[in-house]
Amino acid sequence: MGKKMMRRIVSSFFSLVALVVMVFFLSRLTGDPAALFLPIDATQEMLDQFRELHGLNDPLIQQFGRYVWDVLHLDFGDSIRKARPAIDVVLESFTWTLQLALITIALVTALAITIGSVAAFRPGGLFDRFVSLVSLIGASAPDFWIAIVGIVVFSITLGWVPTSGTGTVWHWILPVAVLFIRPFGLILQVVRGSMLTAFGSAYVKTARAKGVGNRSIIFVHTLRNAMLPVITVIGDQAAAMLNGAVVVETIFGFPGVGKLMIDSILQRDFNVILAAIMVTALAIFVMNLLIDIAYTLLDPRLRT
Amino acid sequence: MAEHLLEVRNLSVQFHTAGGTVHAVRNISWHLDRGETLAILGESGSGKSVSASAIMNLIDMPPGEITSGEVTFAGRNLLAMSDDERRAINGKRIAMIFQDPLSHLNPVFTVGWQIIEVMRIHGIAADAARARALDLLKRVGIPAPETAMRKYPHQFSGGQRQRLMIAMALALKPDIVIADEPTTALDVTVQAEVLALLDELQKETGLGLLLITHDLGVVADIADRVVVMNAGEIVETGTPDEVYHNPKHPYTRKLISAAPGRGEMHEPNAAGEPLLRVENLCKSYGSFKALKEVSFTLQPGETMAVVGESGSGKSTLARALLRLDEADSGHAYWNGRDLLKMPAKELYQLRRQMQMVFQDPTQSLNPRMTVYQLISEAWVIHPEILPKAQWRSRVEELLTQVGLSPAHAERYPHQFSGGQRQRIAIARALALRPELIVCDEAVSALDVSIQAQVIALLDKLRRELGIAFIFIAHDLPVVRDFADHVMVMQAGECVEVGTVRQIFENPQRDYTRRLLDAGLDPDPRVQAARRMPKVRAGLEVG
Repeated sequence: MGKKMMRRIVSSFFSLVALVVMVFFLSRLTGDPAALFLPIDATQEMLDQFRELHGLNDPLIQQFGRYVWDVLHLDFGDSIRKARPAIDVVLESFTWTLQLALITIALVTALAITIGSVAAFRPGGLFDRFVSLVSLIGASAPDFWIAIVGIVVFSITLGWVPTSGTGTVWHWILPVAVLFIRPFGLILQVVRGSMLTAFGSAYVKTARAKGVGNRSIIFVHTLRNAMLPVITVIGDQAAAMLNGAVVVETIFGFPGVGKLMIDSILQRDFNVILAAIMVTALAIFVMNLLIDIAYTLLDPRLRT
Repeated sequence: MAEHLLEVRNLSVQFHTAGGTVHAVRNISWHLDRGETLAILGESGSGKSVSASAIMNLIDMPPGEITSGEVTFAGRNLLAMSDDERRAINGKRIAMIFQDPLSHLNPVFTVGWQIIEVMRIHGIAADAARARALDLLKRVGIPAPETAMRKYPHQFSGGQRQRLMIAMALALKPDIVIADEPTTALDVTVQAEVLALLDELQKETGLGLLLITHDLGVVADIADRVVVMNAGEIVETGTPDEVYHNPKHPYTRKLISAAPGRGEMHEPNAAGEPLLRVENLCKSYGSFKALKEVSFTLQPGETMAVVGESGSGKSTLARALLRLDEADSGHAYWNGRDLLKMPAKELYQLRRQMQMVFQDPTQSLNPRMTVYQLISEAWVIHPEILPKAQWRSRVEELLTQVGLSPAHAERYPHQFSGGQRQRIAIARALALRPELIVCDEAVSALDVSIQAQVIALLDKLRRELGIAFIFIAHDLPVVRDFADHVMVMQAGECVEVGTVRQIFENPQRDYTRRLLDAGLDPDPRVQAARRMPKVRAGLEVG
């Protein structure tokens, strides 16, 4: 277990290094921030001064060396746009994204597992067919469309919730709802399939022969066995959300890390891009670790 | 008339499938009394498990449908009760033990939890249930019960898992225990122990035991009465002795005559150059030594049976010889050349001469290929054997040779029965005109009557084509009928090698003797005589 974990950490570290190298040089290819930050009629002198200030005149490889050195000292540079440490900017947005992702994934997990399990108990029944239809629509509808329809119906026409921004509980409802739909449909289908397989297994027969009731057969005997494939999909979906739900955050003006990254790329705010990537990569790594731990907790056969 | 503890009357069950309605059982009636062991004997598809499923409310409806009959238990018709009422009986008054305890125990809960659960749902307090579970584990012979409670099913051996199932079934002192093929997946020595345990527990508690089995030996060993089923109907009922020595129905007669282990033993006349000479073969997986210095020789046209319990290294030996796995050290001379050191090109030629038939033809035949494609594929790989123009006629010839019809060539594996599929696998092996066929438990999954037919086929091939066999099996009577030589393996080591007569009539080693003694004889009288010394031995140990 410990050995496996060490290997995991080491290999993840190398992936992170490769990622940082790639993003560093690729982002430099997009062009010069000076051209974007200074007024269109800026003099050559102003441009030179800006470049000198941000170290953009040095050879790329030297800029890279300096960046790595700083990062090793936990200095991620400053945001050009906001003139504050890049890492502060990123962590601020990331906190928003993390909250959004956690709330959504918690809701998705709870509802998809309960509803999917019950649907699988009587496959082909009325409830199962209804649930399958709804989840299929959910899994296939594009989120930008749902977001816009949601705003039109619930904010503009009915006026129940605000259109965008943050501040009150009401602000969260639409973003969470829109983010919820697709993973919910997907995970529900996985739960249903996995539970169907589990209901057919021999230990369910034993449970029936013991006189175990239906509720316990679903939620005790089979659920834990059926959870392994489900957890993998939940992990994938959570990872996608931690990367920032770019579309949803943009449409709802939600100050998350996805929106931050898009803005930073458009404005060539290199330090923020790199810091954001490192933070989300770390978050995804931690999440994968949690999934591994969940696996071993659920299935004793994996503990050796 | 006195009332029986459990009585099944005129039960008919059918299943509605895509291929039409299957009549699983038709108008069957039987009864079970307290303190009695009733065996339902039948081959696969005979419907022998269906009445048990009906009793336990395990038939899924749909596709299943109970079209007639009733099941009376303690004066009430189970089939007319509500689900809740039946749940109250299941596990408490009627309990069930299944084949293959590994898949029938829930892998993610501790065995303690699973045994306690059955008591908790039927209203026993937690600490009382726990104490009883500990007692039960002790009673069924699980070592270190306290620790065992916290372990998971995969941490036990097959025999121990079946003991755990038995403990679970007995938790609430049921009136009836139904055991569906309880020892089929177990090694012979373990089977003997589990049957002895069931027998003891029955005498202790006076429960009625319903035993579902395909094995005449199991019936001979512990049944008081036997019901023989074929194609959904009861063909015969009686005591095992009556049924065995005076079978009335033709099906029963056929079943009894098919029981292996009573034919003439082969008398090999060893002479000349061996086809295969294996010397000091070793193979380890990590620190686990699967094969330790195994040596034997095989003459052309002879059969070497490799017997031993699971984990003894039988299959590893086969895989190493066919170079499906590489051996660590040792030699295997094939016509004088060490096949373990052959380069790829020579090995390719050798593959023609050594073929394998696996245990489960359902898994080893590609379901998307027709029989013609399955058999002729060998010639696609080895085109020098046969010009393409003759493929069709040769496939038909091979099918005839293994007892199938040439018209079967365009069918797919799923359209055949298990025995027929094994014949296809044999035809596929024959396509390359091999000198050696390795059969890894090739008849173990087949019904007794089918098994006898496949063995007869293999025997015919040996006589007519002079093919040598390495015949891996755990079923000693089959080995006795078919083998020339026998090698007994235990924990990766060759315990004893000899002619079939030497091994069966004059075994030299204790392990071989134990293995032979553990086997069950289909004749109830022979089996009763065989049990006496075992029971005495048990008393001495206990």
